[in-house]
Amino acid sequence: MSASDSVVSARKVSKFFAGFQALRDIDLDVVKGETIVVCGPSGSGKSTLIRCLNALEQHQSGELVVCGIELTAARQSIDAVRRRTGMVFQNFNLFPHMTVIENCMIAPMKVKGMSRDEARATAERFLKRVHIPEQADKYPAQLSGGQQQRVAIARALSMNPDVMLFDEPTSALDPEMVREVLDTMVELAREGATMICVTHEMNFARQVADRVIFMDKGNIIESGAPETFFAKPETDRAREFLAQILH
Amino acid sequence: MFQQFSFNHVLFMLTGLGWTIGLAAIALVGGSIAGSVLTLMRVSSNPVLSRIAQFYIFVVQGTPLLVTLFIAYFGTTYLGFSIAPLTAIAVAFSFYAAAFLGDIWRGAIQSVPVGQREGAHALGLSRAHAMRYIIVPQAIRIATPPTVGFFVQLIKNTSLASVVGIVELTRTSQIVSNATFKPLEVYLTAALFYFLVCFPITLFSRSLERRLSA
Ligand SMILES: Nc1ncnc2c1ncn2[C@@H]1O[C@H](COP(=O)(O)OP(=O)(O)OP(=O)(O)O)[C@@H](O)[C@H]1O
Ligand SMILES: [Mg+2]
Repeated sequence: MSASDSVVSARKVSKFFAGFQALRDIDLDVVKGETIVVCGPSGSGKSTLIRCLNALEQHQSGELVVCGIELTAARQSIDAVRRRTGMVFQNFNLFPHMTVIENCMIAPMKVKGMSRDEARATAERFLKRVHIPEQADKYPAQLSGGQQQRVAIARALSMNPDVMLFDEPTSALDPEMVREVLDTMVELAREGATMICVTHEMNFARQVADRVIFMDKGNIIESGAPETFFAKPETDRAREFLAQILH
Repeated sequence: MFQQFSFNHVLFMLTGLGWTIGLAAIALVGGSIAGSVLTLMRVSSNPVLSRIAQFYIFVVQGTPLLVTLFIAYFGTTYLGFSIAPLTAIAVAFSFYAAAFLGDIWRGAIQSVPVGQREGAHALGLSRAHAMRYIIVPQAIRIATPPTVGFFVQLIKNTSLASVVGIVELTRTSQIVSNATFKPLEVYLTAALFYFLVCFPITLFSRSLERRLSA
C-alpha cells in the first residue's frame, strides 16, 4: 500500500460530546477501492465516526487524515475534505425545493464551478447510473423513499468523491424499497468505489464488504473479513449483537 | 353649520389612504432591509453580533409603537436635527418592523431542518452558499405567512402616525368627522378603505399558504 492509496487514516481519534466520550482512540485505515461495513449496537459511535470523517463532527484529539488531507479546525482542511467525500444520510436530506436534477447540479456548479450544461450532463450520467434518469425533473417529494435515496447517492456521486460515506442508508425505508438501494450500493462497490457504510444489512456485508468493523461504546472492538466476523466473532459483544440482528 | 358628508370628503380621505399606503410601503422596505441585517446578525456565528441583534429585538418589541414614534418624532427635534417629521416617522416604523421581521425570519431559518445544512455541507457547499441556495429558499416558504400577517398589522398600525401630525387615513377621517359630525359613516368608510387594502393581502397569504403546504 502506497501513501497515495490511503483514503482514511485515523490515529487515536477521540470525540467528546459535553464530557461524554463517543469515540475512544479510534485507529482506522481505509485504502482506495475498499468497502467497509461498520456495525454495532445503538449508541456505539458509528454515526459519530463517519461524521468525523467529513467534519460534520469535529474530533478533539488524535490525527485524522482523509483523502490525504489532515483534518484540523482550519476551514480549508474541512472544505477540502468535504469536496472529496460524498455522504448519504439515513433521511436522504435531499433539497425539497429543487428538482432531482437540480439537487445533483448545485454542488458541481457552486463548488467545482462547472457550467450549467456541464453539471446537467454529469447529473444525468449519475441519475442513469442509479437507474432513475426519467425522474430528473420531479421534486423529491414526488418520489418513493427508495428513489429518493438513490437520488441522494447520485447527488453525492456527482461530485466525483474519493470515498462515499453511508450512514444507515436503508433504515428509514419501507422494507420493499431496501433492495433497490442495496443493489445500487452493491453495483457501486463492484465498480471499485471506496465506501464506508454504517449498516445492519448483513447480506450486503457478505456480498461486497472487504472488512467488517464492529463498534461498541466508542471503540472498534473487531475488524476483519466478513466471513470470519460472521462465522466466529471474537468478542461476546459481537456474538450477542449478531445473535440479535440475525435473529 | 356642519357640512354634508360628500364625495369631496371621500376624495380627501383617499389622499389620507395614499399616505397610509406610502407609510406602510416605507416601513415594509425599510423594515425588510433592516430586518435582513438583524436576521443575519442573529444567525451569525459571531456571539457579539447575535447578542446585539437579540437585544435590539428585545427592546423594540417590548416598546409600544406609539412610544417609539414619540421618541423618533420628539427625539430628533430635541437633538436639533432638522429632519422632516415624516422622515422621523418612517424611520421609527422601519425600526419597529425590523425588530419583528428579524425575529420571524430568524425563526424561519432556524426551523429549516438541520439535515438540510448537513446535506449541503457534506457536498462541500460553503456556509454562504448553503445559506443562499439551500436554507434561505426554504426559510422564505416558512416565513411567508407570518410575514404577510405582520404586514397587514403594520398597515393598520400606520394609523398611529396621526398622533404626530401625519395626515393619513385615520387623521383625514377625524377631520372629516369633525366637519360633518357623521362619525359613523366616516369611520365605516375608513374601515372599508383599510379592509380593501388588507383583505387582498390576507387572501394572497391564504392562497400562498395553501400552495406551499401542498
Ligand atoms: N450531538 C450530540 N450531542 C450529545 N451526544 C451525542 C450527540 N451525538 C451523539 N451523541 C452520543 O454519542 C453516542 C454515539 O452516538 P452515535 O450517533 O454515533 O451512535 P450510533 O452508533 O450511530 O447509534 P445508532 O445505531 O442509534 O445510530 C451516543 O451515546 C449518543 O447519545
Ligand atoms: Mg447512527
